[in-house]
Amino acid sequence: MTGRRVNNRLTYLTLTAVAFFFTIPLYYSIVVASRDNASLASVPPPLFPGGNFFENVSRVFDTVPFGLAMLNSVLVAGTISISVMFFSTLAGFAFAKLRFRGRNILLLMTVGTMMVPTLAGIIPLYILMVKLEWVGSLYAVVVPALVNAFGVFFMTQFLSRALPTELLEAGRVDGCTTWGLVWHVVFPAARPAAAVLGMLTFMTAWNDYMWPLMVLTPENPTVQVALSTLAAGYVNDYVMGLAGTALGTLPLVIVFALLGKHIIGGIMQGAVKG
Amino acid sequence: MATRAPERADAAPPRRPAGKRRPTGRHWRHAVDVKASPYAYVAPFFLLFCAFGLFPIGYTLWVSLHEWTLLDDEHTFLGLENFRVLLTDSYFWNATYNTLSIGILSMVPQLLLALWLAHLLNRPLRAQNFFRITLLLPNVTSVVAVVVIFSQIFGRDFGLINWVITSFGGEGIAWRDASLSSHLAISTMIMWRWTGYNALILLAAMQAVPRELYEAATIDGASSFTQLRKVTVPMIRPTIAFVVITSTIGSMQIFAEPLLFGAYTLTGGQDRQYQTLSLFFYENYMRLDFGYSSAISWMIFVFILIIAGVNYLLTSRMKGNLR
Repeated sequence: MTGRRVNNRLTYLTLTAVAFFFTIPLYYSIVVASRDNASLASVPPPLFPGGNFFENVSRVFDTVPFGLAMLNSVLVAGTISISVMFFSTLAGFAFAKLRFRGRNILLLMTVGTMMVPTLAGIIPLYILMVKLEWVGSLYAVVVPALVNAFGVFFMTQFLSRALPTELLEAGRVDGCTTWGLVWHVVFPAARPAAAVLGMLTFMTAWNDYMWPLMVLTPENPTVQVALSTLAAGYVNDYVMGLAGTALGTLPLVIVFALLGKHIIGGIMQGAVKG
Repeated sequence: MATRAPERADAAPPRRPAGKRRPTGRHWRHAVDVKASPYAYVAPFFLLFCAFGLFPIGYTLWVSLHEWTLLDDEHTFLGLENFRVLLTDSYFWNATYNTLSIGILSMVPQLLLALWLAHLLNRPLRAQNFFRITLLLPNVTSVVAVVVIFSQIFGRDFGLINWVITSFGGEGIAWRDASLSSHLAISTMIMWRWTGYNALILLAAMQAVPRELYEAATIDGASSFTQLRKVTVPMIRPTIAFVVITSTIGSMQIFAEPLLFGAYTLTGGQDRQYQTLSLFFYENYMRLDFGYSSAISWMIFVFILIIAGVNYLLTSRMKGNLR
């Protein structure tokens, strides 16, 4: 009995230590972001937040178009998540509950494409964007991401479990078309998983870096592109770099901390069969 | 093209379920609906995938066989020349070495730690959700933010880690300057961002392991560690393989870390000591040498296929041994 209690205490201790190491960099970024550059040189370095945060933030806005970047990121991530939720639910429903020729092979292809690295096609994708004259515009970031294999697979798994076939059959008997079923049965049933998928997609789109860096310009950036401009041009101005980072990261981190339970549930559900 | 499904929707508006059914006349429409609509629902994904996924991958191969720059409309066919040059390019092999080194340094400890954390969380604990959320916090933080934060922490003069080292009487390390120290710093960033995520995926698999197995093991007097080794790991092997493969694919594409750790230098340090393959690709892309950079991205793809294949063979072999 005592053995188990000691064991448990050790578990809590370890997990708390890990939680400490997982949060301390975020905390420290706030400390630095709220100081001035001179105080970083002091020994010992500052361990508590100071009062310079808003001054540093205003310098961020003077250096890069940060307001525009925030707006762009909200637009990009918002559009992508709504579209991914919609099209993934449709495709997931078809794969999970409808019978059609080639279904298995198409589903296998979908899963297979999840393994393909983005890098493998990125040059022609760029050439395509040049031809479409989308370089520098948000279309280049949004359109290729409107639906993805992960979303389709995720919704397929959820709907094959959570959507009772009897309900669909009952709808058919009542004379529903397939679209009618989608509207009246599938969408309501898919809502919890779609919400999780939407949040995951929003985060991924918000944090996406390489492709936006390639096709967008510093004049019309997303948050990540603007942040990297900050990090690139002002090597020694740590406080400003971290103030921008805090501004671009913290909203998402806070939302996540509040909704984290559901998001984590979604990730873990999606993973079981993966 | 992405609007195909809604167009279909207009063509076949939802009928009221309560309406009177008239089987004749609508029969063919029903047949078309049942046969064709599934394709309409999966079409947006496949159309988009073909346009922005499949076609570019094939086209990469085509571009890589040419001398191709964005500025020039003429593309001279070179055959395999780009690949020949690439395979004798010492910068390419340097980047390959760095990628593998950073990959191994970050993946091995990360997976062991993730496995252990998942094992710790796989029991009734108070504050489960708190621990899970903190595990995933780093993953919510963007790569750019992670590198900016850790660049400060790994700073030579005012960095947090060097302060700890010097206050214990050691000498501060110029993390960026040497090969091993820069790889360690970059690996730390990757580990910090991904360990918790992988732990949660492993935890999900662990929760599907039947409880009776653990009960039986406990009755047999197996310690917690033995249970992890003898019960958990064999039971969740497919998920472990999945995590290994996805982390490998991820580690072959490490890009933002070396780029921003070096304050946006494309060479990854003065002596290219931490230039990864993706950064090497990006360096050549920025020179607008599309032919050569396409060859690089194909080589990265080939490496990934090889590693995934080896991984698949290893895991299926292990399964074979178990039986």
